[in-house]
Amino acid sequence: MSGLIDAIAGLGRRVVNSIMRMGRGNIFLFHTLMSTGIIFKEFSLLVKQMYSVGVLSIQIIAVSGLTVGMVLSLQGYNTLVDFGAEQSLGQMVALSLVREMGPVLTALLFAGRAGSALTAEIGLMKVTEQLPAMEIMAVDPYRKVIAPRFYAGVISMPLLAAIFSAIGVFGGYLVGVELLGVDAGGFWSQMQSQVGLYEDIVNGVIKSIVFGIVVTWIAVFEGFDAAPTTEGVSRATTRTVVNSAFAVLGLDFILTALMFGGA
Amino acid sequence: MFSKAKLELTVGVFVVIGLAALLFLAMKVSSFSGFSDENGYEVVANFENIGGLKVRAPVMMAGVSIGEVSQISLDTETYEARVEFLLGGQYKLPVDTSAAIFTSGLLGEQYISLEPGGDDVMLKSGDHIKLSQSAMVLEQVLGQFLFSKAAGDE
Repeated sequence: MSGLIDAIAGLGRRVVNSIMRMGRGNIFLFHTLMSTGIIFKEFSLLVKQMYSVGVLSIQIIAVSGLTVGMVLSLQGYNTLVDFGAEQSLGQMVALSLVREMGPVLTALLFAGRAGSALTAEIGLMKVTEQLPAMEIMAVDPYRKVIAPRFYAGVISMPLLAAIFSAIGVFGGYLVGVELLGVDAGGFWSQMQSQVGLYEDIVNGVIKSIVFGIVVTWIAVFEGFDAAPTTEGVSRATTRTVVNSAFAVLGLDFILTALMFGGA
Repeated sequence: MFSKAKLELTVGVFVVIGLAALLFLAMKVSSFSGFSDENGYEVVANFENIGGLKVRAPVMMAGVSIGEVSQISLDTETYEARVEFLLGGQYKLPVDTSAAIFTSGLLGEQYISLEPGGDDVMLKSGDHIKLSQSAMVLEQVLGQFLFSKAAGDE
């Protein structure tokens, strides 16, 4: 009997804990947004974080974009050629990249490459008591540590997604036109006539901005909220990647339904 | 870690590459650059049936894209489809040019194909193309085929 009560109590504790975390997360975001001024005052802080968050992620984004574009082109060709519609290859590759693959895959890779690093870095600052030390010295860690990292992620993410899509289209062109012999004119003209600037490109950019905010928010918050132990940091890093993936995929469905849902 | 100048340079390059990728998406992948010829002129043609023709569909002559459809509406007097399309300024076409709606490939998109006439007078902005050929609607063609087949059997 007491086992059952313990189980129910444990369940309740977990629910209360996760709601508390949600509350802390939102208070944290509010504090971060209130510290926005620092990135204009000390621009070099932002530049330094843009380097570690954005520049260092280019490599994996570029390589993934190229291979995803090439695979899309290869797979799409095999299906389309049966209907004699291989001219639509460019359109298919560009639409799937710009609308879905670009923002979503970039966000997932970004969470793995940059998000986990952010969490570990901030978590370790907490373990080594750098954050409390800052507070003792009357240095606001939100301004010095959190806000620059948050905005670096928010700015980098759309740029990385754009690079991913552009390189992906190029990879699709390489395989479709150079390797499989689809007509280059048809490839580009079908793409241009079917991909709209506002409905596709701008919506894709909006998606990547939303994902950038969410992934970076989760990453810095998990680091800031990590238990100040080695184990706590490792658990926080895992949570960043898992929660970011859930958040990105869930939000993607909602955003897609809003943007392209028809009706 | 780098010196400050080098750090700023690499981040600057990153931002430039990102913006260039965005520009590439906007100009080359989407139809933003599609057809914004300032010297372009608009020509109107009426079709009995335009099938699945859409705004921004290409206008071709001899297989070369020379313009795009800018507006589609219904002519309330003749109950025909009124299609306006924009042609590049460098293309001067005779007034007796004819227009037809074709499909690229079996399931491809529909486009307007222009066939030049022999007149010396050239089309101006706002002119009407008088000779037009409707889109081939698969159901109609199938219907005609079945009808003629049935008639032939008797």
